[in-house]
Amino acid sequence: MENQALLRLDNIHKSFGQTEVLKGISLDVQAGEFVTLLGPSGCGKTTTLRIIAGLETATSGRVLVEGKDVSALPPEKRPVNTVFQNYALFPHMNVFKNVAYALTIRRVKKDEIRQRVQRMLELVQLSGFDRRMPSQLSGGQRQRVAIARALVLEPKILLLDEPLGALDLQLRRQMQVELKNLQERLGITFIYITHDQEEALNMSTRIAVMNEGHFEQVGTPEDIYERPVTRFAASFIGQANILQGVVEEKAEGRSRVQLEQGGTIFVNEALEPGTKIAVSVRAERIDYAKEAGYGFQVPGVIERHSYIGGVLRTTIKLSGGQELLITGANPSSHYPDGCAIQVFWDPDTAAVVERS
Amino acid sequence: MSQLYIWVVLAVMYLPMLVVVAYSFNSSRYSNWEGFSLQWYEELFNNSAIVDTLNNSLMLAFFSCALAILLGTMGAVGMAKSRFRTQGLLENVSLIPMMLPEIILGMAYLALFSLCRVPFSMITLIIAHTTFCIPYVFVSVQSRLVGLDPAYVEAARDLGASQTRAFYDITLPLIAPAVLNGALLAFAMSMDDVVISFFVAGTNSQTLPVQVYSMLKSGVTPEINALCTLMLVAVFLAIGLFGLGRALFKRASRG
Repeated sequence: MENQALLRLDNIHKSFGQTEVLKGISLDVQAGEFVTLLGPSGCGKTTTLRIIAGLETATSGRVLVEGKDVSALPPEKRPVNTVFQNYALFPHMNVFKNVAYALTIRRVKKDEIRQRVQRMLELVQLSGFDRRMPSQLSGGQRQRVAIARALVLEPKILLLDEPLGALDLQLRRQMQVELKNLQERLGITFIYITHDQEEALNMSTRIAVMNEGHFEQVGTPEDIYERPVTRFAASFIGQANILQGVVEEKAEGRSRVQLEQGGTIFVNEALEPGTKIAVSVRAERIDYAKEAGYGFQVPGVIERHSYIGGVLRTTIKLSGGQELLITGANPSSHYPDGCAIQVFWDPDTAAVVERS
Repeated sequence: MSQLYIWVVLAVMYLPMLVVVAYSFNSSRYSNWEGFSLQWYEELFNNSAIVDTLNNSLMLAFFSCALAILLGTMGAVGMAKSRFRTQGLLENVSLIPMMLPEIILGMAYLALFSLCRVPFSMITLIIAHTTFCIPYVFVSVQSRLVGLDPAYVEAARDLGASQTRAFYDITLPLIAPAVLNGALLAFAMSMDDVVISFFVAGTNSQTLPVQVYSMLKSGVTPEINALCTLMLVAVFLAIGLFGLGRALFKRASRG
């Protein structure tokens, strides 16, 4: 028998009336993983989380936790807890009562409740805030209370719905690190929702890129970034340039491609001649010079340079009119605007994201 | 200019009340001032008709208010939870008693109770008053529920609370101020009602407003001035206490 997943989503569909929000989602999550659902708003990531939590019922498909089907269980019977988007701290209860709520319901003894709540507040560095009301806390503090409240039962899986969405950038970065540390220390599995790619790349062991109710790609941050498999995954994360072309010649493990925009490139994939493909290249992987490398023949003209905080961003116009965006930390050679150059990249760093 | 406006409005509203208060301490029965006296208060408390009807009114307001709290809150909560096609229609229909001219409601109850041969008593009064009290609670609670983030209840469920438990722990405390608001309005409306009570009260269950009204017909006695003064004091006290309570509650929930 194969390794049993801690959480398994089995072909989940969800429709609200006529609109299909989830179109067959399947995912296996192992214990201790930090899985991020990444996608634009309206892609169905929150619905997915709510189905795992039991706050929403799937139209079809199953949710399994440790091999047990929990699809029919109400939220209070599921071994998962949630950190809500706007924290949803009970406004009429102080910090202590908020964190203690789950224990109070389970009729845990008073002494034990006090100990466990104190431990949780220490964990999120809020000792001494017991008597504060949620309205007296800053955004970051509320966020910590929400985490403490969701962790107090020591769930196997913690669901987090854009927990850092309401915080400013600096606090966000700090909380990213803290959350990641917390997750590693406690060994709890996190299912994390964000539309912020940096957050996803930074924190996750795996990312599921979501778009219009399905997964475009599930993989490690490196996989997703370096080897996107769909056009959407490539363009949603990082600064990708996507070029279309037709395969001209197949060779051992590679193909020569004629670009629509003019010029030829190589891709490290053996494809049948005549196949129409789209290739994605990261902005920082593209190089340009008077002489092309890797056998490429892609002429272009420097459109403009601009500095964006330590990085030089260059726009190059190809002969067909498409603009390529290139970033480099330390451009080896500086060509003036209007200069004709050759564009090339290491075929290893590009990914074929479409073939037909 | 706006200051002048405020003073005019205040004068129009409170001058008549001041006159009543002043006359309640007048030792003369007529509109000329003859000196300070508490005799009308004494007579008021000795007037068993007034004391009895005041008791009736308080009891009536209390019970119809309690029933309105129960039914109005249940209605609003139930309506917020379910989604069905005739929901909007039903909501509007349940608000109609508030907008209907009282005389129609009074007549309707008169007709119904006569038809069913229900004797007019405190029970019929409570039924009729509850009817027009419910919408005040309903509207107040409903508007609070609309503004209530469903995530609170979901968070409670997520942490292990059953639906019922989440209602008592989360929803109820959060809508309590709205329930109270609606209930106070309903109480005031019930205390104040003449028309409906006039139609459905039995001989032994006359309410204070109806009693005052019938006393007026046989000529104003200064006791009524004393009564009005006492009720004004009660209302101002109630408003003051309510405000104080709210301020304390706010401070408590802040720390």
